[in-house]
Amino acid sequence: MSVCISIKDAVKKYGNNTIISDLSLEIKEGEFFTLLGPSGCGKTTLLRMIAGFNSIEGGDFYFNDKRINDMDPAQRNIGMVFQNYAIFPHLSVRDNVAFGLKNRKASKEVIQTETDKFMELMHIKEYADRMPDRLSGGQQQRVALARALVIKPDVLLMDEPLSNLDAKLRVEMRTVIKEIQHTVGITNVYVTHDQEEAMAVSDRIAVMNQGDIQQVGTPKDIYQRPANLFVATFIGRSNILPGKLKAAGGKAVLSFDEGFQVELPNVLEQYCKDQDVKISVRPEEFILNASPDAKGLKATIDSSVFLGLNTHYFAHTDSGERIEVVQESQIDSIIPDGTVIHLGVKTEKINVFEAEGRYNLLEGVRNDNVG
Amino acid sequence: MKKTKKMDMWVMVSIAILCAYLLFLIYPMFNLLRQSVLTKGGEFTLEYFQKFFGKAYYFSTLWNSLKVSVLATIVTLVIGVPLAYVYNLYEIKGKTFLQMIIILCSMSAPFIGAYSWILLLGNNGIVRKTIRSLLGIKLPSIYGFNGILLVLSLQLFPLVFLYVSGALKNIDNSLLEASENMGCKGVKRFFKVIVPLCMPTILAATLLVFMRAFADFGTPLLIGQGYRTFPVEIYNAFFSETTGGDYGFACATSVIAIVITTVVFLIQKWTSNRFSFTMNALHPIERKKAKGLFNVLIHLFCYGIVGIAFMPQIYVFYESFRKTSGKAFVPGYSLNSYREAFKVAGNAIKNTFVIGLGALVLIVLLAVLVAYLVIRRRNVANGVIDVMSMLPYIIPGSVVGIALIMAFNKKPLILTGTMIIMIIALVIRRLPYTIRSSVATLQQIPITVEEAAISLGSSKAKTFFTITVPMMSNGIISGAILSWVTIITELSTAICLYTVRTQTLTLAIYTFVSRGNDGIAAALATILSLTTVVSLGVFMKVSKSKDVTL
Repeated sequence: MSVCISIKDAVKKYGNNTIISDLSLEIKEGEFFTLLGPSGCGKTTLLRMIAGFNSIEGGDFYFNDKRINDMDPAQRNIGMVFQNYAIFPHLSVRDNVAFGLKNRKASKEVIQTETDKFMELMHIKEYADRMPDRLSGGQQQRVALARALVIKPDVLLMDEPLSNLDAKLRVEMRTVIKEIQHTVGITNVYVTHDQEEAMAVSDRIAVMNQGDIQQVGTPKDIYQRPANLFVATFIGRSNILPGKLKAAGGKAVLSFDEGFQVELPNVLEQYCKDQDVKISVRPEEFILNASPDAKGLKATIDSSVFLGLNTHYFAHTDSGERIEVVQESQIDSIIPDGTVIHLGVKTEKINVFEAEGRYNLLEGVRNDNVG
Repeated sequence: MKKTKKMDMWVMVSIAILCAYLLFLIYPMFNLLRQSVLTKGGEFTLEYFQKFFGKAYYFSTLWNSLKVSVLATIVTLVIGVPLAYVYNLYEIKGKTFLQMIIILCSMSAPFIGAYSWILLLGNNGIVRKTIRSLLGIKLPSIYGFNGILLVLSLQLFPLVFLYVSGALKNIDNSLLEASENMGCKGVKRFFKVIVPLCMPTILAATLLVFMRAFADFGTPLLIGQGYRTFPVEIYNAFFSETTGGDYGFACATSVIAIVITTVVFLIQKWTSNRFSFTMNALHPIERKKAKGLFNVLIHLFCYGIVGIAFMPQIYVFYESFRKTSGKAFVPGYSLNSYREAFKVAGNAIKNTFVIGLGALVLIVLLAVLVAYLVIRRRNVANGVIDVMSMLPYIIPGSVVGIALIMAFNKKPLILTGTMIIMIIALVIRRLPYTIRSSVATLQQIPITVEEAAISLGSSKAKTFFTITVPMMSNGIISGAILSWVTIITELSTAICLYTVRTQTLTLAIYTFVSRGNDGIAAALATILSLTTVVSLGVFMKVSKSKDVTL
């Protein structure tokens, strides 16, 4: 049975150092929820507070209606997967997987069948009698997953489980993790600093920075309508350009420093007034036009990288801003360095933040952050 | 985690250990301190300290001890660290054999080394005579400072070797490759990468060697002659028939010794705090094959050092089979010495095992528990246990002996003359070493492994016994080897505490050496060596490893 997790006003301190202050979060039942942020943002700390390995200096943690603050980690019915896997080196694969069931005093038959089932599910049955030091990183990770899942936990917690694997294995394992979570239907809290990994596996993501939650939303929400400048730059790549917003007759006009202007239909009414803004344009949100008399943001190409599907252009505007532009690779030649280009923008896709980048001025931002 | 403290297993363990330390360590030491500043009438006085510092004679023993200990420490580092480096980085032919010998060298009681070197290099020593007749060179005298330095260095460098070897095993090969990749190799890499990485261990070994050298009792007693050192002075003040019985003065001298070792300990602690990090080798260092002249040189170095260090043992072994007539050796060979030895010292052999094993069981159990409390359950009480458990590190053996006698020779608790007091003394003295090795092992185990067990529903006690202890087992076993060996070769405390009934092998050997009964002494020393060889074999079998990391 899986549970929903509610965190209210959580506080974490190390001595006088406050790592997390007044953090609140709702994680739905059966959801694949990811805590995403740069290292040191407090995501692992929060996960370990849920697990019970870190003390809680304030606030309440609930599994459904049950307050777990003072509950022993062993009683929380949590499956946990660690960054270094934490496989017991002196036990065989089978004994590692069976460890939790043995602690629950399950009968021999149950232990046998359940262990077999999960080893099969994770494709490690053939290594059942091996010792962990003779397993590869990916295999160890599968053992760790099987071991965590076989006890039918209410919650599965994963702390950067893929960061010790090589790139190809990481992609393979994240599919495995996603599928397993789906099959078992368990509430999953996942910690990572890799935004691509987060997007690939998560139902919802909480983006964290410096102990605060910046935005909670689906991968699509946080990528397309980031709540603030931090999220816009941390998730995917964004060109941040200074600009001005002008309100004229109920219409909002966005002007780039170079004089290029576009009309924005989707500015929130309360923000529709004259002000300095930060414009966030993802590389693929530019429309590249290489003809000399075209309209748009003027820029000069410095270099280019051909990546098959797309071609990336690195350019600078007249005011010296460096920008990156992605274009679907064309069959004719790549635009040579030094070419002056004009860039249009996909107005429905770009985002506009207030001058300090604290909030998005546009409609359609979804942020489930309850804090 | 919890605001309300629950009584779990570990709280009770903490309390029990705390009480034991208070009774058997703190109380005797406090008593010692009290006696050092009280007159026989019970009034406060500093006359004992005045006596010590007032006479150049006493003061010079202090200076002698410091000089020989510091030099011995330096020599052991200069020999031990390069030896460990060469041994662990290059293919040395017969390396398992070599390591066995090195361990054996560290195992023999220092005074047996001293005794054997007297036979080899003394006024009528066989080596001295040979060199004089062949080369016409007159070797410097073995007695006094030179002899003590030689014996202590050869006795203690194996500790540095074993410690540093252990550290080298935790260095990941990729660190060495990385440094080589950045153009740092050979001698430069040794000093820039290897030595700094092993620094915590080297410092720990330095302290250990210094403390052993400073507190060593048997060596200066035998080979020191006029060169008087501190531990001998303490013993004499307490027991000597002519000057002895001055308990106050013996206590004051003990206090001074403790102050010195404390200062050294604090300096070491302060230094090693600046070098603390954990390492975990995913890919341990692979031994490389050295080429050409270098290969010859490192083999010469290894075998040369080990050969010299092992020579005394071989010689004692040889002596034990020589024919004797009364106390003197006569030409020919026989097993007579052994027959005599078993006849007169059978009880001592039995005592060695009873006392030794009793102490060993207690030491291992306590060491593992204390290590766990100190590393995983940091709180005030366990911090106190940590500090107390380290105290015997800085208390010379003869001081422990004297303190225990004075504390437990009167009602309500009379223990003097029993085996129990000898076991207690051994536990107190050896525990710090075993605790340290357990702590080191525990620090290498990521806490996430225990957390994994707990999150899988395992209780704290069960996690400890099914996960933590098995993962520590290598460290525990190697700690036990060191303890066992030091237990059966221990002299300085036992010599204060023994009676005829509780005499052990080392005491018996010492007695026969001092009586000039070389045949029996050699036979007993050989028995002691064989015991250590057998123990070593058993432990290796148990730990299923050829490598012994102490």
